[in-house]
Amino acid sequence: MYDFAYHKPASVADAVKILAADPDARPISGGMTLLPALKLRLNKPTAVVDLSGIAELRGVKRDGDSLVIGALTRHYEVATSAEVKASIPTLAAMAATIGDTQVRNRGTIGGSVANNDPSADYPAALLALGATIQTDKRKLAAEDFFTGMFTTALDVGELVTAIHIPIPKKAGYAKMRNPASRYSMAGVFVAQTASGVRVAVNGAGANGVFREKAMEAALAANWSADAVAGVKVDAGLLNGDIHGSAEYRAHLVTVMAKRAVVDAG
Amino acid sequence: MPQVTLTVNGTKHTVEVEARTLLVETLREQLRLTGTHVGCDTSQCGACVVHMGGDSVKSCTILAVQCDGSEITTIEGLAAADGTLHPMQEAFREYHALQCGFCTPGMVMSAIDLVNKHPDGMSEKEIREGLEGNLCRCTGYHNIVKAIAAAQDVMHGRVKELARAAAE
Repeated sequence: MYDFAYHKPASVADAVKILAADPDARPISGGMTLLPALKLRLNKPTAVVDLSGIAELRGVKRDGDSLVIGALTRHYEVATSAEVKASIPTLAAMAATIGDTQVRNRGTIGGSVANNDPSADYPAALLALGATIQTDKRKLAAEDFFTGMFTTALDVGELVTAIHIPIPKKAGYAKMRNPASRYSMAGVFVAQTASGVRVAVNGAGANGVFREKAMEAALAANWSADAVAGVKVDAGLLNGDIHGSAEYRAHLVTVMAKRAVVDAG
Repeated sequence: MPQVTLTVNGTKHTVEVEARTLLVETLREQLRLTGTHVGCDTSQCGACVVHMGGDSVKSCTILAVQCDGSEITTIEGLAAADGTLHPMQEAFREYHALQCGFCTPGMVMSAIDLVNKHPDGMSEKEIREGLEGNLCRCTGYHNIVKAIAAAQDVMHGRVKELARAAAE
């Protein structure tokens, strides 16, 4: 790892100021992705801005018909939050499957969202649930935020501060984990939201997380595992690699969608 | 160079580090606590697991500067001053939950965090899932799981003495 300067601001305003003054500085929350990348010298920031001292970014609260999760809330905290378990139990159960125990003790929802790893769990959940991503300067709908593989609408130096998630009528999630890495090969999050049925897929898309509109239509007409069983997923839009071809992933998406509907009940 | 103050196994240390110094490097090379191992250095194997503020974390994937002001417990901090082993260490000994021993410090530290966070006890399946972040290249998982299952009863006060391993 190359060396860098280290800052630990106590407020979002201070963090943003440091990041604005130095476009090669990088924010760190849990560091579960950034530190491995720095070790591989994939990234060479001049400075690392540690967000962990910013108390205003922590915690889960209910706000009317939404859950508001602070960007620094760790996966372990989401998985065990009484508020999340009560209002979106699938989200808590999903958080309990991210990485491993130690990753969940450090990794944060804001970090996961800002990184937009194609195999990450949260992007599919937030896209399916119609969540809004709050940054230090604006609010973005999940579909406008996640723009491609490892790519988001965030400007350089812009920070995710909180996630607003409208509480769905029902939601379910299922993923097929790679047996070695345990990353999602195909994961499907289904939700019945106030704005209709939404289905989002991770792990499989050639361009990262995406909505599966044909499945949404099928489930809107008939909320059942059988309804999605007949929906063929276009392998042309999916990723193929040594772990599985695009055609295999297309098959997995359908199977995971069926399981997600069963999970939602 | 940044200065960090860590309370490690109850003793406060102030050390100078580079910003890029990993917690495990500070523990092993500056504080000479070499019980914490580096296996993969890629946050996968869990040989480097320590507790930070009571949570198990992979010390190869935390900067020492991120730990400033925190309480760290390593494998060296578990046994009592008179040498009495922690119930989890005793269970690993009793159930022969190790082969080469390289993964053992991380296994023990992860296991204690798991038990602490499951006051109602864990099934065998839950123990195995909870150990997902710890790899044993000897594949000695079976006795590790048995040891944790026995230790949790002692740690939760359900039994006074560790259940002895069956003679085989």
